[in-house]
Amino acid sequence: MSIVSVIHKRAFTLGLLFLGLILLATIPLYIPPYPVISLTSIIMYTIITVSWAIFSGPTRYISLASAAFFGVGVYTSAMLGEVFPLPVVIACGGLVSFILALFIGLLTLRLRGMYFIIFTFGVSELIRHFLLWWETNFTGTVGRWVVAADHTTVYYGMVVIFVVLLLTAYLIRRSKYGLALRSIGEYEEAAVHIGINVTVSKTITFAISAFFMGAAGAIMATRWTYIDPSIAFNPLFSFMPVLMAIFGGVGHLYGPILGAALFAYLEEILITKFPYYYMLLFGTILIVVILFLPSGLVGLIGKWRKGGPEG
Amino acid sequence: MGGIYALIAVGLSLQYGVGRVLNVSHGEFIMLGAFATWTLYTVFGISPLISLVICGPVLFVVGFMIHRTLFQYLRGASESVGAFADSSLLASFGLLFIIQNVALLIWKADIRGYSYLESSVSIHGAMFAANRLVALLFAVAISLAFYFFLTRTRLGKAIRAAAEDPATAQVMGVNIHRVLAICFGLGALMAGFAGVLISMMYEMQPNMGLEYTIIAIIVVVLGGLGSITGSLIGGFILGLIGSIVTHFDAGLSLIAYYVIFILLLLIKPTGLFGK
Repeated sequence: MSIVSVIHKRAFTLGLLFLGLILLATIPLYIPPYPVISLTSIIMYTIITVSWAIFSGPTRYISLASAAFFGVGVYTSAMLGEVFPLPVVIACGGLVSFILALFIGLLTLRLRGMYFIIFTFGVSELIRHFLLWWETNFTGTVGRWVVAADHTTVYYGMVVIFVVLLLTAYLIRRSKYGLALRSIGEYEEAAVHIGINVTVSKTITFAISAFFMGAAGAIMATRWTYIDPSIAFNPLFSFMPVLMAIFGGVGHLYGPILGAALFAYLEEILITKFPYYYMLLFGTILIVVILFLPSGLVGLIGKWRKGGPEG
Repeated sequence: MGGIYALIAVGLSLQYGVGRVLNVSHGEFIMLGAFATWTLYTVFGISPLISLVICGPVLFVVGFMIHRTLFQYLRGASESVGAFADSSLLASFGLLFIIQNVALLIWKADIRGYSYLESSVSIHGAMFAANRLVALLFAVAISLAFYFFLTRTRLGKAIRAAAEDPATAQVMGVNIHRVLAICFGLGALMAGFAGVLISMMYEMQPNMGLEYTIIAIIVVVLGGLGSITGSLIGGFILGLIGSIVTHFDAGLSLIAYYVIFILLLLIKPTGLFGK
């Protein structure tokens, strides 16, 4: 590939990205409110999925704690929503998740593979059941109301988080730090031996990815207006990002975006009318992807472009 | 409850310890067993104890076929054991969604239950519900039968060999694919048995599976991943803890399980009887 065509390609990608951003930013001006609300949840899923992929993509540690971070964001928003303005609430939601992730990250350093997966799942479920128990026994009511924000505010909040997240993800991938993460995924012992501070890299990335999940949760709470532990810590928020990211392909930055956007769109259409068929389809697609498309949709596109098997 | 936990956990332990498939759809097989029993009892009037003999083998065949097709393919396509463990975990999530939603389509989302042997029995002055006693009896009998199957038969030996080291077992002439598929099938069979027994005592819902899967995972970790005897003992221990905690505050039992689970993973991830 010649230099000219590389520059060309980059300019093209940048242009496309820019166009996409303008489209995202102006959409509420010319479409009715309902699709904007749908779009908000599509972006929400994309945020959770991309932030999941920041950590789990390169390191190959599959985390099932997304629901915990998202839910913590939701609850922070519910508790602080009356006191602080929205941007502060969002930042707080992110920060609390960040701290929780640092803590979990430090605890789980020794765990790998299957143990890590089930541990993260266990933590997220523990928080959910504990809150449920706490609310039934001490506060007396299950669930609470959140100060509502109007749908365009929520939408713009999501878009801003999404853009910041994309930038962060891109910078991490490009930096020395991203390379370190990938080498952890390839062979952790070797990474330790060549002088990478595995502990710090893993924990910080885990926390960064949690920050965005928490922020998304904090803003989503203002749209839901009513929340309880089963909504905020729904285990589906842990499973969905994994499946969406793998469906899209974790090898590239745009894989998880593509996977999440497609799936979330499908959910928006199907879930109200045929919830069981949606989940059925979901399971089927998941198995098919694992069996036949190990590198996801992006892998498929790559193959198709090159016309060769190496994609 | 301990006996049933042990049954469930042994099933999962077979699937994970031998086959390296952390089958999160394990609970769905329990749910299938429970609902099949409910249907057989309420529609055809067939006693739950007879459906034990019907559901078990049917689920065994289902499990066997799933492993033969899905997981065997994945095993061949994965480059390492770790990669297979990850992809099979995700595939079993797929199974979970499929089975659960097919069940929701068939049986709808209502809570179901039937009464069977509701009368109470008195043993030395202590009162027990008859269905619970029968369930416990069957759970213990099945566990024991399975234990002897594993230690005394040729196939049991092959399974233990495959758990120890699949490659070497294959060299020694064990048909590894068949053994792994049988293990998966047996896991489904155990889940089915547990489902039948659970349906005698508790109400059921198509989405009840995940809770039992989680309990099974906790028990398997408690007993040590890969140790089948460990799972048996772990099941009884957790059942006991569950009963004690429930005695004080029923809402706390799941929380207690998770706390035990997390502490265990942090302090001794190999479990009580792990290698």
